Amino acid sequence: MAQASQPGVGRPIKPSGKLPYWVEPVFTIVAFGGFVIYSLWEVFFHNTGTYHNYVSPFFSPGVAGWFGFHVLSALYVVWVPFLFRFSCYYYRREYYRAFSFHPFGCAVAEPKANRSRPYKGEWKINNLHRYAWFLAVIVLIFLWKDVVQAFIFPNGFGVGVGSLILLVNAILLTGYTFSCHAFRNMIGGRKDCFSCTAHGKKTTSYKLWHRISEANVYHGAWAWASLFSVWIADLYIRLLIMGVIHDVRLF
Amino acid sequence: MSDQYVLSIFRGDQNEGEEKTYQVPAIPGMVVLDAVHYVQAHDAPDLGVRWNCKAAHCGSCSAEINGMPKLMCKTRLDDYQGQVVHIQPMRTFPIVKDLVADVSWNYEVAKKIEAFAPVNAAPFRMQQWDVDRVQEFHHCIECFLCQDVCHVLREHDAQDQYFGPRFMVKMAEFEMHPVDGADRVPQLKNEGGIGMCNVTKCCTEVCPQHIHITDNAIIPLKERVADRYYDPIRKFFRRLNKNKKEESSSSTVPSKV
Repeated sequence: MAQASQPGVGRPIKPSGKLPYWVEPVFTIVAFGGFVIYSLWEVFFHNTGTYHNYVSPFFSPGVAGWFGFHVLSALYVVWVPFLFRFSCYYYRREYYRAFSFHPFGCAVAEPKANRSRPYKGEWKINNLHRYAWFLAVIVLIFLWKDVVQAFIFPNGFGVGVGSLILLVNAILLTGYTFSCHAFRNMIGGRKDCFSCTAHGKKTTSYKLWHRISEANVYHGAWAWASLFSVWIADLYIRLLIMGVIHDVRLF
Repeated sequence: MSDQYVLSIFRGDQNEGEEKTYQVPAIPGMVVLDAVHYVQAHDAPDLGVRWNCKAAHCGSCSAEINGMPKLMCKTRLDDYQGQVVHIQPMRTFPIVKDLVADVSWNYEVAKKIEAFAPVNAAPFRMQQWDVDRVQEFHHCIECFLCQDVCHVLREHDAQDQYFGPRFMVKMAEFEMHPVDGADRVPQLKNEGGIGMCNVTKCCTEVCPQHIHITDNAIIPLKERVADRYYDPIRKFFRRLNKNKKEESSSSTVPSKV
């Protein structure tokens, strides 16, 4: 077995690119860290996320209400998207780089502290991403129900800024959920031969797998866009509840 | 445009060495390998550098240019206008001399992987869309830049625990082939150490052939390992199926699924 080399003087040089290597992980730390802090504030300091016909994605579905609980209502739901995003293959890249420096950037030396704690590979819990996916789909169904509800006002059908925000949020979450690597595997990726059982014809499984593979290329973009849309949707409804802003009805 | 480039090239071997500075006249369209050849021809005839095709097809001239693993023949010098261009050998492998690294460990790993094992004798009848997936992996030129940048091998010296991204691609190439019948999933989990990869995608970033190493090879293989070893529901149904087969006294055929 070859030994990794630690060659001579003046090494390593920190890699240069169009942007400094630290820009991306620092963005992740700020954006993801900010979202987590906001989520903690939302989950532990608020018990409702409903404003008239708008329901915040943090509080949907209303699992707490089903069991008659009225405190920390969001806590009963947010663990699902948290688990889904935590075990997501794209977010693994982000948090392993930004938060555990394994590595901080490509070809960048890891901090000395990482050497004192032997690296043992990724967390095995992440292998359960497929189950988190199923749970996330259930939550997504409720979010689409909320979108329909967001267009129904007391005087009938209408469109408010909140309705559009919830619609965009549901679309982005759908894109994120269905471009998932685990779903790609489940829908057909685990097969070696698509045509073998179909007399050389393209099967539905192949067509779905192919479509999902196309969307999967942008899984990272879906991940960030949907994270921000959840944040914006919740913040909008929170500000409405607090009376800081008023919903604008477009028609 | 500056009329010359300043190169700082590592000179030495595994035990000692240092960077030496060379000045090279700028020629439009020049790549790093051109500049290294200029240095070899004019200033340092004993400069060690491995190269063959000069067209990004042979994967020989891998090095680290300003700290980033790249092919010297595919890296234009005008991307480094106004900078000193540091050229060093691949850090993950032992240095033979100057820019030449000893990549023989990779060939030892290659021997451990079970080769393509067709279920039928050639010629094979396959649909193009079935083999599109594995044809992406055939683009690999074995430059080993992905192995070089992989932090598992580079920072943690875990060559005895992980085959590295290049060989995940190779295993995917065989494992996903429509007529291959071998089962490499146990090897992926155990000896291959696919769990060591934490999907930070640096291998994909440095691949000069633009193979989606993580998304199309490593992650689908990880999912197959999860199917086999980490999915209790699939495990349950597999066991149930096995019991049924045993009950009906049919012979058990090793299966990839």
